[in-house]
Amino acid sequence: MDLTVSNNRRNKIHPWIFALLAGCASILMMFASLTSAYVVRHAAGNWLEFSMPTIFFISAAVMVASSIVLHFSYISFKNGNEKMYKLLLIIGSILGVLFLVTQYMGWMDLNAMGVFLDGNPSGSFVYAISGLHAAHVLGGIATLIMALVHAFGLKFKVTDKRKTRFQLTLIYWHFVDILWIYLLCFMIFQ
Amino acid sequence: MATTVKTVPGEINEVDQLIEKYGFDDHFHDHHDEDKYKSNFLTTYVFSQDHKIIARQFLITGIFWAIIGAGMSIIFRLQLGFPHESMAWLKPLLGKWIQINADTGMGTLAPEFYYALVTMHGTIIVFFVLTAGLSGTFSNLLIPLQVGARDMASPMLNMLSYWFFFLASVVMFYSLFLSTGPFSGGWTAYPPLSALPQASSGSGAGMTLWVMSLVFFVVSVLLGGINYVTTVLNLRTKGMTLWRMPLTIWAFFVTAILGILSFPVLFSGFLLLTMDREMGTSFFLSEIYIGGQALENVGGSPILYQHLFWFLGHPEVYIIILPAMGLVSEVLSVHARKPIFGYKAMVYSIMAIGFLSFIVWAHHMFMSGVNPFISNFFVVFTLIIAVPSAVKVFNWITTLYRGNIRFNSAMLFAVGFISLFISGGLTGIFLGNSAIDIQMHDTYFGVAHFHIVMGIAAFFGMFAGVYHWFPKMFGRFMNETIGKIHFWGTIVGAYMIFWPMHYIGLAGVPRRYYSREGFETFRHFGDVSEFITIAAIITFFVQLLFVVNFFYSIWKGRKQTTRNPYGATTLEWTTPIIAGHGNWPGKIPTVQRWAYDYGKDGREFVPQIVPLEEGEYDGGEGEH
Repeated sequence: MDLTVSNNRRNKIHPWIFALLAGCASILMMFASLTSAYVVRHAAGNWLEFSMPTIFFISAAVMVASSIVLHFSYISFKNGNEKMYKLLLIIGSILGVLFLVTQYMGWMDLNAMGVFLDGNPSGSFVYAISGLHAAHVLGGIATLIMALVHAFGLKFKVTDKRKTRFQLTLIYWHFVDILWIYLLCFMIFQ
Repeated sequence: MATTVKTVPGEINEVDQLIEKYGFDDHFHDHHDEDKYKSNFLTTYVFSQDHKIIARQFLITGIFWAIIGAGMSIIFRLQLGFPHESMAWLKPLLGKWIQINADTGMGTLAPEFYYALVTMHGTIIVFFVLTAGLSGTFSNLLIPLQVGARDMASPMLNMLSYWFFFLASVVMFYSLFLSTGPFSGGWTAYPPLSALPQASSGSGAGMTLWVMSLVFFVVSVLLGGINYVTTVLNLRTKGMTLWRMPLTIWAFFVTAILGILSFPVLFSGFLLLTMDREMGTSFFLSEIYIGGQALENVGGSPILYQHLFWFLGHPEVYIIILPAMGLVSEVLSVHARKPIFGYKAMVYSIMAIGFLSFIVWAHHMFMSGVNPFISNFFVVFTLIIAVPSAVKVFNWITTLYRGNIRFNSAMLFAVGFISLFISGGLTGIFLGNSAIDIQMHDTYFGVAHFHIVMGIAAFFGMFAGVYHWFPKMFGRFMNETIGKIHFWGTIVGAYMIFWPMHYIGLAGVPRRYYSREGFETFRHFGDVSEFITIAAIITFFVQLLFVVNFFYSIWKGRKQTTRNPYGATTLEWTTPIIAGHGNWPGKIPTVQRWAYDYGKDGREFVPQIVPLEEGEYDGGEGEH
């Protein structure tokens, strides 16, 4: 049931997209508070210094690649290129899952370096921040699975409603992508 | 041209004519069959996506929690007021938390349960009653109706918002029955009492359920808030410019923004707290000895939690009070038959309060050992909040000035709100100064301050809203006589409870203590404490009048016969008395003017759907 009828034709932005952006603002506040807690705690001393495992950079690259691929999938969808749209959607989703795998490998590497979850807060923060981010990526993967179900379960048709739905998935995915890059840069340069 | 629009059955319906003539057709009813929503009981009344039903769900759940939360305060007030009386008669209700002395038969309240009661009282009233019950109820009811929308931007998420609140309620309610008791470390849940399961009896399972419940609650607030903001910004009807919105909508809008930006921070705090509890991290724990044994946690800072908590905690105060301010502004204007004084100043002061609420959080932490230079910053911004607050108070009073006032229950509670907000706000000026706060913070002075300014005042805003919009929710009126008795009983009772607390607070009587018997200095305040307890008991029973009135009136109250019983200008009174899902049976009304055209050019009131006459200025937009 589509009760969301925009009464105001001046609106360029779909209400659901706006709602998603508001949600992203909220998620951003959550990470902003974690990173500021990190800054405050860092300033207090007794802080174990270590460098980020290389795998976190690879995961960032995977995430960016996934974002780009999905973006092109959306463009193909808009242009009515069914084959390309489905293919890129699958690749993008696989890259998304791969991101979580690389994150897990990153945590293993941290562990191997002697940075433990229950050790010095400097390490605990990295686990907490990257773990919470991974949980948000997991939510993104759930929406990608929905997108795959729609792509393969429904007859191919380019409608406004489906475009909006794809846009919602895409915006969220770009958001968690940029978020990880910010978090990684933050943890490196702090 | 129609001057006033009255709707009496049988008369030609001018409202409908105006909507038909100027409204616009969104083809809503072409593809939304009314029956579709009323297909069965479950989707109509339980898992409803209609904002009006969700509003009622929030309100009734809020009332349920208010009775429990207030009831708890009566039990711990009995302990404070009558420490020598036996509480054995409460044994059937509280079970093992009343300890009976085998020799004397004297029943005493278990000290750890006293702390659990205080903690639960705070948590329940702040979050479940004054956040969900107040903002949840009225944002849901009024935003779509007053901006001219069929429903919220996402009715589905809106429904989930209520059910997450319900889930939070169930978990919290369950925690009340744990054998170790509910969480007892204070509603702020400071570590280490909240971070170490072994710290106290309520810190184990009680705290686990407390934090679970509040995480569900955060989700509920976020889903609701996102919807409110999106609806206000995207789904306003034609002509409803921002400067034509009623102050209720402005208040709900800013409240929702505060919620979206501050509750996630609380969530972060809870995440780190849970990791400390369950995974052995040391974010908030450092060098703690229990029973002479040092814990392994090193390097944490409990102050860090306090920062995260109060970054939510302070905006939360405004999340509670702003909706009440919005409701009061609307009720005052309607029942004084005058436009709200200084509409734009009211809007700007709401925004200013919203903004300032984010940069004053550490004034809750002057006693926590915050750097005094940092304190200065927070003192200055805290005191600046007095400016927009004073603007609002001034405007409310000038709205009343020479008004044609109807002293009905809603109006009485709105006026009572102003009284409480002034008396509670003035003590805020004392506490906002760090130098004075250090003396007053842990005394009853603080208790008196925040109960009056944001507890009772917010309740008054809520009562004003319930009495005023009850017909909109149930198509009937609440009983006016009982309403007035409720008002006078509550305002006199509330002042009798909290006014004396200022004195004992100034005398240094500490808050939070289970018993002050051991302190010679405070012993002679025993009779004041007794007086407060008696006042609290009477006030509590006066509230039950409201509860009876509320539920009785749902089924037996005087029926609403006209569509716009108060002669109000806003859009919610243009719908049918019992509006279906989608609110307007035909077209959506368009808005032609601001919301406060009362007593204009000899007309008693002009609804927002009536077009401006030639040469007539729109109040909200100003003169062009």
